[in-house]
Amino acid sequence: MLTGLTLTEARAGLAARKFSARELAAAHLSAINSLNPKLNAYITVIPEKDVLAAADSSDAHYAAGTARPMEGLPIGIKDLFCTRGVKTTAASKMLADFIPPYESTVTAQLLASGSVFLGKTNLDEFAMGSANINSAAGPVVSPWQRKGDEKAALVPGGSSGGSAAAVAAGLALAATGTDTGGSIRQPAAYCGIVGLKPTYGRCSRWGTIAFASSLDQAGPMTRTVADAALMLEAMAGFDEKDSTSANKPVPAFSKAVGKSVKGLRVGIPAEYRAPGLAPEISAIWEQGIAWLREAGCEIVDVSLPHTRYGLATYYIIAPAECSSNLARYDGVRFGSRAEAPSLDELYERTRAEGFGEEVRNRILMGTYVLSAGYYDAYYLKAQKVRNLIRRDFTEAFEKVDVLLAPTAPSAAFAQGENSSDPVQMYLNDIFTVPASMAGVPALSVPAGLDSQGLPLGLQIIGRHFDEETVLSAGSVIEAAAGFTHKPALFAEAGL
Amino acid sequence: MSYTIEGKTGIWEIVVGLEVHAQIVSNSKLFSGASTRFGGEPNSQVSLVDAAFPGMLPVINKECVAQAVRTGLGLNARINLQSRFDRKNYFYADLPQGYQISQFEYPIVGEGTVEIELQNGETRQIGITRLHMEQDAGKLLHDQDPSRSFVDLNRSGIALMEIVSEPDIRAPEEAGAYLRKLRQILRYLGTCDGNMEEGSMRADVNVSVRKAGEPFRTRCEIKNVNSIRFVMQAIEAEAVRQIEIWENGGEVDQETRLFDAARGETRTMRSKEDAHDYRYFPDPDLLPLVIEQSWVDELKKALPELPDAKRARFQQEYGITSYDAGVLVAEQITADFFETVAKGRDGKLAVTWVTGDLFAALNRTSRTLEDSPVSAASLGKMLDLITDGTINGKIAKDVFETMVETGDEPEDIVEKKGLKQVTDTGVIDTAIDDIMTKHADKVAEYRSGKDKLFGFFVGQVMKETKGKANPALVNEALKAKLDQ
Repeated sequence: MLTGLTLTEARAGLAARKFSARELAAAHLSAINSLNPKLNAYITVIPEKDVLAAADSSDAHYAAGTARPMEGLPIGIKDLFCTRGVKTTAASKMLADFIPPYESTVTAQLLASGSVFLGKTNLDEFAMGSANINSAAGPVVSPWQRKGDEKAALVPGGSSGGSAAAVAAGLALAATGTDTGGSIRQPAAYCGIVGLKPTYGRCSRWGTIAFASSLDQAGPMTRTVADAALMLEAMAGFDEKDSTSANKPVPAFSKAVGKSVKGLRVGIPAEYRAPGLAPEISAIWEQGIAWLREAGCEIVDVSLPHTRYGLATYYIIAPAECSSNLARYDGVRFGSRAEAPSLDELYERTRAEGFGEEVRNRILMGTYVLSAGYYDAYYLKAQKVRNLIRRDFTEAFEKVDVLLAPTAPSAAFAQGENSSDPVQMYLNDIFTVPASMAGVPALSVPAGLDSQGLPLGLQIIGRHFDEETVLSAGSVIEAAAGFTHKPALFAEAGL
Repeated sequence: MSYTIEGKTGIWEIVVGLEVHAQIVSNSKLFSGASTRFGGEPNSQVSLVDAAFPGMLPVINKECVAQAVRTGLGLNARINLQSRFDRKNYFYADLPQGYQISQFEYPIVGEGTVEIELQNGETRQIGITRLHMEQDAGKLLHDQDPSRSFVDLNRSGIALMEIVSEPDIRAPEEAGAYLRKLRQILRYLGTCDGNMEEGSMRADVNVSVRKAGEPFRTRCEIKNVNSIRFVMQAIEAEAVRQIEIWENGGEVDQETRLFDAARGETRTMRSKEDAHDYRYFPDPDLLPLVIEQSWVDELKKALPELPDAKRARFQQEYGITSYDAGVLVAEQITADFFETVAKGRDGKLAVTWVTGDLFAALNRTSRTLEDSPVSAASLGKMLDLITDGTINGKIAKDVFETMVETGDEPEDIVEKKGLKQVTDTGVIDTAIDDIMTKHADKVAEYRSGKDKLFGFFVGQVMKETKGKANPALVNEALKAKLDQ
């Protein structure tokens, strides 16, 4: 079954000519054909002839002995990365017909390393959401089902919900995601896959549609920690077109996977043990602590005192940046345009019709917090708190090498649950937002199932630009957990 | 401070501050690689960044930063080694991003000064508050179609410097002098071409009025005035309008106004209530701009000589008057031309020819120094011919006219037309003898005491020698022969 392979396995199989890149791609197209109508994980599937042509080119590389690190590996691309000649919508009506004449740096690097793109995966509109229910292309359904409640359509998490569902359901070997406040890690946890948010600045943001510039970061969503390392090697690197990208060499991340963690100091942040934390989340966290201790880690209690302000701060800074970043969608130069008799009405109608409700909410919030008379009380204060949160991490990392925490406060919920109260929805990000605010790398690894049979993830957070230690610790959790569960809906195709 | 306006209730003085937008001279835009050339086909110089396509990011153009620093140095201003770009948010069809990237809170250049000189020779210091960099917007074209407007984004993203003065200006004349001086400095530095017709320099004018000794009253801002003359007219018109309001018991509202040059009056553009809330915040796509003192020092070392320094040097080095030096340094090209002519020669003679005969000839032929028919080198050679006695001053005028007409070199003209000064005393003696024979009666009159006739004899001899005789030799020989 080709759709169940890891990147590493598929790469080895291709190299050994056990199967061709064409067969691998075709198996995935057939899987998408059969399951995507149910899951809605892809917004755009690249035409078969184009996918197969790319696969053929990879086969030629294998034949010529010039195969590159991701040669022939079929992956999904979050529909937030601009792809030349392939419709890029950000799951918004605003960009329903937008075909970029350029390729984002991250996807260009993935293509240059031999990856075969299957299509553009669904997401919350402009990456705003935690359940992938805010999409102009319709919600994504998780391939996972609750035991005894198979009818309830569960959310895959968000905003990279389409990528998570596709990787979990066998519709791609891996996929790209972007993480602003947890948009890679939380859906990875909900869908039982690995998701890595690299250090802010590790991957170029050029050509990726912006949500909140100071937080947005691309990363891999894969089935294993080793796959995440392999894929990040292809995605990362300095880009002079992005002034915030880090001019640092890209380490061989793969070498960190499986490395001994003996003597590694693992911090357990006291503030994450919030009262009311679900017992099953507590239990899996304790389990993770035990696994790392058994592997020779030293467990240390640490404090991140400003954790409780994380969410409030995030929901000021991210909307503020988004209100400005999304101003360019005005109907004048590209994207959808509403007919109107005057310029002001053109703006009003285009934006009222083009943006969904959550995006409009956040633009309004962001506009408000930047307004004269409110700027100091909201935006400026939030920036100060953000500095304190960053300092929390810096100080903790003087004592420990990584932090261990749950990825999300619960397992996946069903569509319609949690959605009446936006604040309840925002609470999904409570464990992921602080690392985003600090810009540090964080990895979600599937650690087990809850009593309903749904995946739960554990999160390893590391120092700035120390993805390697994060990957080493993550691979220990991965090995100990031995998570091999497959969701109820899984497309078995090929060989 | 002598400029005042007399109202019904007494004497008013005006308070003016200027915000000048100067387009930075650079090959590419502030945050993109698109060309900045003026006059291209609409939308032919637009990158994806300038058109604000999804996912596009700004990258600072180092040359624009260098130009801003050079300008700051030229304004004797403080250079801030750390500055920051902010976003100024508003919607308009000529603003693709929906925000302008500008430096709001932390500009690259702080306080400086500009010295201006007034008609009466008085000088004044005008304070500079700050200079910051920002992006220009595109241009809307309303006259292409009856129902639609078009957008040209060639200008979108071009680097501007906004140079803000203190409210130190007290007269329209001072505003004019300030703008001229500022433009002169920018042109010398090569940081802005100062071309107001093409819009590469525009001014926003802040005007208020007050009675002597009062604190500042409410000001109005007149936007986008595009010539020095209009700035001066706008200040006067706006001051008169405000005085009228105050004197009629009214209150001047703080607002943005436009100057209608045809009617010579200002009118409301938007009132305070309609003022935009720009929601400034630091641009998260850009890191703080940090520059090194050593780099600033390097730029400083490479700065050209500025007008004030050049003027002082010209006076000293070439012995010319302050006025003449001022005329020469007004434009760098004039100063350079003069210096080429004057180098190693008589400075006073050089200035006479450059600002006198040459300027007159350029005026007459509607040319400028850029396409002058007489090059500085040629003019210099002509001065050499005067100094070494090859031609005299009168002949030089003719030679110069021929140079203007033909562009020929002075020595060739002299040679071809045989204009070489006659210094052969034999020839001069013969000419004198002839004249004295011809006008024996006049010689007798002279000898009987009518000294004034000496000039008559000189004229006749010069005529006889077709103007080529060396006047000094003629004088000497005539005197000797007449007094015999």
